[in-house]
Amino acid sequence: MDVPSGFRQSSGKKKKASKSQNRPQLFEDTSVNPSSGFQQTDAYYPPQHHDPMAMQGGGYGMPQNQFPGQQYMNDPMANMAVQYGTSLAGQGKEMMNKNLEKYVSASKIKYYFAVDTAYVGKKLALLTFPFTHSDWSIRYNEDEPIAPRYDHNAPDLYIPVMAFVTYILTAGFVLGTQDRFTPEQLGIQASSALVWIIIEVLAMTLSLYVMNMNTELKYLDTLAYCGYKYVGMIMSLLAGLLLKNNGYYSVLLWYSLCIVFFLIRTLRVKILPHQHDGFTSGSKRSLYLILTISVVQPLMMWWLTSHIMFQTKK
Amino acid sequence: MAISLYSLIEAAILCLNAVCVLHEQRFLAKIGWGMDQRGFGEDPGVKTQILNLIRSIRTVVRFPLIPINIAVIAFKLILG
Repeated sequence: MDVPSGFRQSSGKKKKASKSQNRPQLFEDTSVNPSSGFQQTDAYYPPQHHDPMAMQGGGYGMPQNQFPGQQYMNDPMANMAVQYGTSLAGQGKEMMNKNLEKYVSASKIKYYFAVDTAYVGKKLALLTFPFTHSDWSIRYNEDEPIAPRYDHNAPDLYIPVMAFVTYILTAGFVLGTQDRFTPEQLGIQASSALVWIIIEVLAMTLSLYVMNMNTELKYLDTLAYCGYKYVGMIMSLLAGLLLKNNGYYSVLLWYSLCIVFFLIRTLRVKILPHQHDGFTSGSKRSLYLILTISVVQPLMMWWLTSHIMFQTKK
Repeated sequence: MAISLYSLIEAAILCLNAVCVLHEQRFLAKIGWGMDQRGFGEDPGVKTQILNLIRSIRTVVRFPLIPINIAVIAFKLILG
């Protein structure tokens, strides 16, 4: 009893101000009476002493207060503590965001996820049949690529991420039909595919750097382009499920051709035109690089799906 | 072939170690990959880029790699 009243004394002024607003619903609605220090102490005591009354009073006081815990908000000490905690949390979040911004900038990532249904549909159709598409250029808006929502040729990260997750699930499904599935397999497949993606992105970035390409291909773009082949892999796994070997191989072949064509056309737009410096040997080198990247993709597609389709010999 | 994330980290540490042990004077200068063979021109070329890359990896990674190596060695000793 002493301690709460001691607290009360120290913040008497604020008490009076908040007192007049809404009194806790422990008692009847006689909150205009400021002299009842009796009521104050109830706000301090933990609810287990007053639960039955709180329930009854809560029902009565509901029109005024939204939730029974409102009584804690009326304490200036609790108020200050809550506000301090909120500001601290806000500061912490801000600091973390600032530190993360150096490595993985959130606004850049948001650009890659600004997609809509029409874009996704068009992109999937493009991945399945890129041969009739004629205009592969990417429109820019003051030296910055415009959002994928408006430009169908721009890379995005939504499809690769979704395709990756769907690939893991499809792989688990196919393994299940072969009685090879355990829940650990999902994790193994996921980490294996993730590692291969990391290796590919690193290799591509490294070779772009070594060949001294002045391209605008950021590593997130590279991630996007390496992730597009997962769509083909899913389709070939599903076809293999339906039509056994023939289905698997034919769909794999079709999607390999598609991704090679798609990547050559897209990368040619992104990498080649930026050789303004005048030395001509660069274009041949970059052509070889594009060809290498494009040819490696079907190999990766085959590598990552064959051990799912077929039993590896022990 | 199931590669795990840990294998990737191990491979990365091994590769970084390999790049860091290429000694500038004793080895690289002997095979014509030293710093004095860099040209400063409009066209850096593949070899210059690779040499720059080796030099920068060595500068950045050499210091933190010592405690990382110690940690990995201890890890492998204890856990086999």
